[in-house]
Amino acid sequence: MQRIKSDSATNTGTNTDSAENKVSHLCKRIIPCLDVAAGRTVKGVNFTGLRDVGDPIELAMRYEREGADELVFLDITATVENRDTLLHTVEKVADCLRIPFTVGGGIRSIENADLLLKNGADKVSVNSAAVSDPSLIAAIADKYGSQCCVLAIDARRVKTEEAEEAEEAEFLSISPWQVLVNGGRKPLAIDALAWAKEAVKLGAGEILLTSFDRDGTQIGFDLPMVEVFAKELSVPVIASGGAGSPGCFVDVFKEAGADAALAASILHDDKYKIKTIKETLRQNNIEVRL
Amino acid sequence: MNNKECKRAIELLDIGAGNTGSVRRCLNRLGIESISVGKDRDISGTLPVIFPGVGSFGAVMRLLEASGQKERLVEVINDGVPYLGICVGMQVLLEGSEESPGVAGLGLIEGMVKKFDSGKVPQIGWNLVEPHVATENKKGSGYAYFVNSYYADPNNEAVISHRSQYYRNFASGIKKDNITAYQFHPERSGDYGESLMESWLDATN
Repeated sequence: MQRIKSDSATNTGTNTDSAENKVSHLCKRIIPCLDVAAGRTVKGVNFTGLRDVGDPIELAMRYEREGADELVFLDITATVENRDTLLHTVEKVADCLRIPFTVGGGIRSIENADLLLKNGADKVSVNSAAVSDPSLIAAIADKYGSQCCVLAIDARRVKTEEAEEAEEAEFLSISPWQVLVNGGRKPLAIDALAWAKEAVKLGAGEILLTSFDRDGTQIGFDLPMVEVFAKELSVPVIASGGAGSPGCFVDVFKEAGADAALAASILHDDKYKIKTIKETLRQNNIEVRL
Repeated sequence: MNNKECKRAIELLDIGAGNTGSVRRCLNRLGIESISVGKDRDISGTLPVIFPGVGSFGAVMRLLEASGQKERLVEVINDGVPYLGICVGMQVLLEGSEESPGVAGLGLIEGMVKKFDSGKVPQIGWNLVEPHVATENKKGSGYAYFVNSYYADPNNEAVISHRSQYYRNFASGIKKDNITAYQFHPERSGDYGESLMESWLDATN
């Protein structure tokens, strides 16, 4: 009779025991984020004060060579005039890149998503438009699968210690963090964790969680926020905002349990290489692709 | 195999079951022409076939049925045409899936497709792929990009070419005669994925 079950460790032919069989070798991901505006890569602090950091295609190729696990492109201007430029960039990146990449920024309709995916993006990331119309998430997930649909949330802690603001923050039902839209310019009376949970139900396959408080500061990820989201959500959480040293990545994976982490300033400034970050992670017993 | 002297070609089964663009681009980089089949033209039976499937098992099987290529695909595979299945293109080789009860797979590989029961599902990201010890040496291991909630569980170990760990051991690659299949995405798996694509292409001549 044939062996039927493959989950018995003995038939792998290696001397694995049953504890080993519960192991996962899925790696923690380092994802460089390229903010693009009019065909260039830019970066700001707390969403403002943009400076030019290079050609997106060149940067993309460099990051792939250096060990990036995925890339995210955010069109931060997302104006109609720039849309063709963006599609052109997406197409060129898709031709050259051999790792997955996500494109976000200004996706307001399923048609916007169609165009990006057709031009070679592996995933699209939606943000503000999904807040106004959550059915956008379901539309993308139904048509392309959840794995194509990333929900980006910009969140910040509401300063509840001040009575006045605490009263204004009664909308916070399950977490102390609120949603911001329009590139962080507009805070909304929406609980960020409650929103993330709803989005997952609608079909969001991953949550890209950016801390507005930490974005561009390089003082470390918002660990308490990432920890809660990673624990509460059934889909991967990509932590974003605040990476300043390889140690920050160790913390966000080990302490906060993030599945992936975004990196922008720390890489664009050539302060650290992806390899350096990953070597530090490996020294801390975190599985990475090196 | 191809009339044109310089450029080799394969047929890419494109029936709307996922984005074939990234596979086409990968083949382009390797200097291989990909000819779309399944919509306006049938599988020829003279060129190797790649089927990159994305979506639910049931949806992919229905699309295969609707395209009129299901029987043809089984026929050419049985005739010895090299086949490369990617993701759901691997899963459809089996007899059925927990994802879509009652929907029959192609049944070219005995066994079922099962759902992961631990960890975040789907697994998304880079996982370690190791050649099955019984068939190959450890040399060909590497990290590859996965997005899957389900995994193929072949009855016959001998068809498993690669294995991976996601809170359980599972078959990440299958090799049986002219059939090759990967659960991960070689077209999005950097150097390692590209080397697997190249070896497959080399083996198909």
